[in-house]
Order: sequence, then C-alpha cells, then structure tokens
Amino acid sequence: MLQKYFPLWPDQASTVAGHVDALYIFLILMAIFFTVVIVAMVVTFSIKYRKGIHPIATQIEGSIALEVFWSVVPLGIAMVIFVWGAVLYFHLQRAPRQAMDVYVVGKQWMWKLQHPSGPREINQLHIPVHTPVRLTMISQDVIHSFYVPEFRTKQDVLPGRYTYTWFEATKTGTYHIFCAEYCGTKHSGMIGEVIVMEPVQYQIWLSGGSEGGNLASGGEKLFSSLGCITCHSGQSGARGPNLSGVYGQPQKLSTGATVVADDNYIRTSILNPQKDIVAGFGPIMPTFSGQVSEESLIQLVAYIKSLQAAPGQAPTAAGSPSRGTGTARGTPAGQNPGSRQ
Amino acid sequence: MSTVTSHIIHKEAEVMPEVHYLNADHSLKSWLLTIDHKRIAILYMLTITVFFFVGGAMATLVRLELLTPAGDLLQSDSYNKAFTLHGVMMVFFFLVPSIPATLGNFLLPMMLGCKDLAFPRINLLSWYLFVIGGTFALYGMITGGLDTGWTFYTPFSTTYSNTNVITVGLGIFVAGFASILTGLNFIVTTHRMRAPGMTWMRMPLFVWSHYATSLIMILGTPVIAITMVLVVLERALHIGIFDPKLGGDPVLFQHMFWFYSHPAVYIMILPGMGVISEVIPAFSHKRIFGYKAVAFSSLAIAVFGFLVWAHHLFVAGISIYAALVFSFVSFLVAIPSAIKVFNWSATLYKGSIRFDTPMLYAFAFLGLFTIGGLTGLFLAALGIDVHVTDTYFVVAHFHYVMVGGMVVAYLCGIHFWWPKITGRIYPEFPARLAAILVFVGFNLTFFPQFILGYLGMPRRYHAYPEEFQVFNVLSSAGASVLAVAFLLPMIYLIWSLKYGKVAGPNPWQAYGLEWETSSPPPTHNFEHTPVVTTEAYSYGPKEGEVTLG
Repeated sequence: MLQKYFPLWPDQASTVAGHVDALYIFLILMAIFFTVVIVAMVVTFSIKYRKGIHPIATQIEGSIALEVFWSVVPLGIAMVIFVWGAVLYFHLQRAPRQAMDVYVVGKQWMWKLQHPSGPREINQLHIPVHTPVRLTMISQDVIHSFYVPEFRTKQDVLPGRYTYTWFEATKTGTYHIFCAEYCGTKHSGMIGEVIVMEPVQYQIWLSGGSEGGNLASGGEKLFSSLGCITCHSGQSGARGPNLSGVYGQPQKLSTGATVVADDNYIRTSILNPQKDIVAGFGPIMPTFSGQVSEESLIQLVAYIKSLQAAPGQAPTAAGSPSRGTGTARGTPAGQNPGSRQ
Repeated sequence: MSTVTSHIIHKEAEVMPEVHYLNADHSLKSWLLTIDHKRIAILYMLTITVFFFVGGAMATLVRLELLTPAGDLLQSDSYNKAFTLHGVMMVFFFLVPSIPATLGNFLLPMMLGCKDLAFPRINLLSWYLFVIGGTFALYGMITGGLDTGWTFYTPFSTTYSNTNVITVGLGIFVAGFASILTGLNFIVTTHRMRAPGMTWMRMPLFVWSHYATSLIMILGTPVIAITMVLVVLERALHIGIFDPKLGGDPVLFQHMFWFYSHPAVYIMILPGMGVISEVIPAFSHKRIFGYKAVAFSSLAIAVFGFLVWAHHLFVAGISIYAALVFSFVSFLVAIPSAIKVFNWSATLYKGSIRFDTPMLYAFAFLGLFTIGGLTGLFLAALGIDVHVTDTYFVVAHFHYVMVGGMVVAYLCGIHFWWPKITGRIYPEFPARLAAILVFVGFNLTFFPQFILGYLGMPRRYHAYPEEFQVFNVLSSAGASVLAVAFLLPMIYLIWSLKYGKVAGPNPWQAYGLEWETSSPPPTHNFEHTPVVTTEAYSYGPKEGEVTLG
C-alpha cells in the first residue's frame, strides 16, 4: 500500500536492483542515525543550557579524545559504505560472459536499438526475462545516458567510442528508458521503454520482426560494397591484415605496442586507420570517416566479430543467426581493455 | 519597535558615531572609486543581490513548469534556458562570491585588526571585473539565451547548441579573475597584515575558512578559465579538443570542468562554515569547541577537495579502477565536514544559549548541512551513484549544501553583522519568522526531490511521466514558501536602514576585534591599531577539557 501511493523506490526488476536497494536502506539508516544524533545534541543543549536557566556559560576548550572519536567512527562507517558500494559497482560494470548482445545508437532525441539477429527498434527494447543483456552503445551526436530506473543501471552514451552496460531483468513488464544526460531541446522527450517478455514470447516477437537479415550478414555486405575485402582478403600477401579471429585478440602494432582488438579498436581502425597500424603492414588504408553511419559501423564490427580464425582462407560471413548472439567475449561493460586513453 | 530584544543591556540608548565609512563622503564617485574594503563589500552585496533575484526568478519559472507532467507553461527551449540561467547566475554570480566578496571583504581586515586588505585597488578591480563578467553573462542570457546547463558539457556546448555559449563563457572567464584577485588579496592580507599579537592560532575561524577558500580560488579558478577558453576556441574556430568529430574527447571536458567545479563547491561552503563558527560561539557565549580541529578541517577540505573531481564521472565511461580511487577520496573528504558539525554541536554544551535570528539560521544550517553532507555519502558510494546520478537526488543533495548550507549561512551572517555594517538592528520578529520560513520552505522544496531522484526522475526534464507528479507538486509548493522567505528580509532589512534601532558597537556582546570598533566602523576601521593578547572566542576563562564518557 505504502509503496503504491507513496513509493520510496521504483520496482525491483533486475538482478541487481535488490542489492542496490539494500545498500540504499543501509545508507538511509546511517543518515537517520547521524541526523538524530546532531538534532538531539542541538535540542537537548538548547533546552538545558538556554540563557534563562543557564546564564553563565562554562568555557570548554575541547577534547582530543572526542575529536578522535568522532573522526574515527564516521571514517569506519564511511569505509564500510565505500567497500560495499565498490563491490556493487564492479558487479554492475562487468557483464556476464554469456550475455546477449544488443547495440544502441543514441541521437538527438531518440534511441535506436539493434538485435544481432536482425530486428531494429526505435525507443523500444524487447528482451527476454532472466537473460543477461549486454548493451554496446554509441552516440552519433552529443552525450546521452541510458537509464532504466527499475534495473538501477545507467551508463553515459558517448560520441566517438563505445560504452557498455548490462542487466538481467527478473520481472516481465514495461519500464522506462530515460536519457539521463542533458542533450538539448527534447532531452525530456528522449524516453523509450524496455519490454521484458517471457522467453517464448520473445522468440515469437523475434521471428515476427526480422526483415533485413542479421547484423553480421549486413556487415558482410558492407564489407564488400565498401571495398574492404580487396585488401582484407585474408590471403597471404594481402595488403591488409587477415581479420579472421582478430576480435578480442591482442594485436601487435608497428610501434611495438600491443592493443586488444575490441569494438572500439575496430571502429577506430575504420574511421582513423593511421592511428594504430598493425605490425608488418603499410599505412595505406584510407579513412572511412564521414562515409559510414554508426549503425553500419556496428554491423561491420559485428561481422568482424563473427569471423572465426581460419588461417589461409578468405573470410566468410557467419550465416547462422545464432552466431551473432552469445559470442560476447566477456569484455567488461563500461570498461575498454584495449582503450588507450 | 515593540520587539526589543531582551539580551541588549539597557544602558543609555546607543548613538551612531558621527563620522563612519558610510557617511564619510556621499558622492557617487566616492562609491564607484572607493578603495575601502567595506564599501567594496557593499557594492558586491548589491550586485550579487541582483543576480540572486534573477536566478531566483528563473527557479520560479522552473518550479511552475514542473507543477504538471506535461511541458505546458514554457516551450522546451525556454525551459532549458531558464534552468541554465538559474544555474549560471546562482553558481558563478551568487554562490561563489556570496560570503567571501561581501562578508569576507567587510570583515577579514577587521577581524585581523588592520585598516584594509593588502591590495585595496586590486579589490576594487575585482568588483569591476565581476560586474563586467556578470553583464556579459546577463547580456548573453537575454539576447538569445543559453541552453547548455551551467555545466557546459561538450560536444553539446561546442558544436550542437545554437545559443550564446561564447558570450556567457567569456563572462564566466572574466568573472573568474574577480575570484582569483579576491583570493589573492585574502591570502596576502592574512599572511602580512595581522595586528600585533594576532598569531595564526588566535585568528577567528571565519578567517581560517576564508584562507582555505582563497587557496581553492587561486588554484582552481585558472582551470575553469582555461576550460572556458577551450570551449570558445572549439566553438569559434573548430579546433578539435572536446568534440570527437574534430578529433577531441568529450570526457576530457568533464575532467577539466570538475577539476575546478568540485573544489568550487567548497568555495561555496567553506565561507559559510566560517560564519557558523562565529555565530554559534557568540550566541552560546562560549568559546568554540575544538578550535584547532575546526581550523585544520578547513584546510583538509581545501586539499582533499581537489582530489575528488571524477566522482562526477562514475557513469561517464571512466576506468572502473579510477572510479574506485575517486570514490575512496570522496569518503575521506566527508570526515573534516563531520568534525566541524560535531564541534559546532558540542560548542552548545554548557553554553548560555540565546535564540536570536542569526542563531536560528545557524541551527537551520546544522540540520540542512548535515542532511546535505550525509546524502553526499550516498553519491560517493559507487553502486548507488550509478542509479541516482543525473537524477533529482543529485539536485536535492547539492541544494541542501548550496542553499541549505551556503544561502542559509549567508543570511545568518548578514543578520549577525547587519548592526556592524549599517549601525542599526533589524526588527527581530519578522527576521525570526523569515528564518523559520526558510527552513520549512526549504525542506518542503527539496526533501521530496530525494525521493523523486531515487524513483528515477532525471534532472533537467521539461516534461516528466505522471507518476512523478505528487513529489513535484510538493516541491513547487515548498518553493513558493521559500520565495516569500527570501523576499521578507529584503523588506525589513531595507526598512531597518532608516528605522532600525541604533545598534552600538557590540549589540550581541560578541567577542572579536570587529566588535571593538564603532558600528558602522570608521573608514580606517580602528581609532588605534589593536593589540591582541587573547585567543579567539575568549568569552570567559577556560575551565579545562571535558573527558570522553
């Protein structure tokens, strides 16, 4: 009843929501405790030592023991909160390995979402319940932030590089997606909804909504129409590196440094090829900056991700729809192992 | 006046000194070219009052719009400009200069027993820079407005916004120098101009807190100035610094912005803490509990305050290990504030407590700052911050500190030193009423916003889903009470300039050099340079330590 008419927290609809609320309740109790201590001191002393009944003040210099006491006790409590909050944060930031992938492109003022197996949505995200979902997100203009209060997750969506978040819904239903980072005129209209469905319903929805093939096959078409395949043919002596099995693996650069070929690395290599040249190859690739949309980049990344290591052979598209999903290599959400910043 | 305050000892009626800093010269030129720190303080006071009410008017628009879920009163762009103008005016042109440039300017030399600040002309220059900066900002706001929020996040501000980013940015840049010059003046004055016998450990805590504030002003402000210049350069000349399309990094802006703007919140609260450290001993007629702890905690806040900026970036895509470090230091910076609150509360113990208006404000400060500080711990906790950052929880938290803390402390200080500044006492009844209304109105406005935030309502939303309406209506209702509470002092303080009871040098029987000279003080503050022989807050002989338990 209380929660219905005077709610104090939103629905708990993800695996982490209950954990976040537990710490929140602890913090509220802590805050009430200290507020009561301070108010009690002020009220008691004000009554007991008001001028009318206590005309002469007793001059007291201070107390080292008390100073230590009220420094150390709050510090101890603060450290408990720190550790608790940090453990929770690490959990929130690291997606489980088997998470299902969804790609998100934010723009003023809408959310575009793509499922690896094909369906695209605008301002709606259909997901199955009890399944971890990892979002790979990018903005095509300003900074946005993907926020689902019922899941207690939020992650800024940046232009220029991928960020990640994940959640596992525990209750079917419809929940708000808010943009939480101010992004201009219609910021408050950049609202979508997550529709959490039973897995069976989700499969029905999936099969009904897919018109244009999966992400990786879309990427394969781009790979040849943009001419990538002429250099990245995968044959020995090709002018560009063989991309089979590259995803998620460390790459040796001409500078001697090593980076992990994650989503951000692949995206940057398409838009700014001169930045990290793989050892043994010349700086001959032209930039595709301005020619490929963020959605197409996501398709290209998905395609490269789908290529399995097959030495000496030309890369072939991963045809089966299942290849796109379930192959996340455990890149921690919100963290970029290959990031060079 | 029938509401004669009971504590004023009725010897013969006090008389105004014949010549004082206010009537020494009446010409406009004598005001506009004054190098008297007290007159400059008054110039600042008038200027920031204008900016406060401009910012307040914008807050009124925001709260009116949010009464209903639909965006019906203002258009989206107008709403965005309203909250931006509110934020820019309140932060850069009211809160940052509020106590330091007015009460600090007025009192710091008097508390140290000197005739003026170390560089009186630089002090005047700082006011002119402030006015020029403020005029720029206001001009930009009126002609086309600004819709970036006071935080100017890139690449929105540098590439996408169609509003006057450059004009307002330059205004903030210029006003920053006013802040730097004030800080410089305070530091040099504190080091070089103390009266004979005024050792560091005899300085009032108001001076300590202003010293700490000044350190932040001179170390932090240049960074915001540089950041603003970079925003202007990227916007005007398309030099790629922050926009990834030009090869920049948008998160770099957030690091640079918060490197100043987080320490800046301590610029906005430390001087308020200084006021509270004077008022509580005065109205308890008792020396402050733990002088050294309170003094050094100000310095600790100034130092640690520089090491926590990235706690604004926990969901901005920074490394999780960086987040860990910044979360840890954010918890550390809470401790010096806690020490202060405990010492202020302990000062009441065995005091002889009076409940005049400044003391009511001090009590309000204790309660509101405690809540503001404790909710800061919520935000420092990484796992909670992910959920509540960029929601109304953050809005509520920083208003508890900035308004519940700093504005309340400002009103506290204005009432406490009003007799010193003007020579007259404000009427006690309306003043107490206003203090109570501030406390009630404030809590009604901002407490519901904590709940709204945890329920998930993002900040800077022009329209919002219906389930958030109840708390928004409560908040807007509180804001109307708060508006009345802020207008009341305008009326009775102006009234008191003519009709207020003559105060005399020390109406509160407070201890401190500023109370030893006439009210209003002469232009040179003291007839003779004072010689200090006692510690601050020597309200009576010491009676040793209390022991724990």
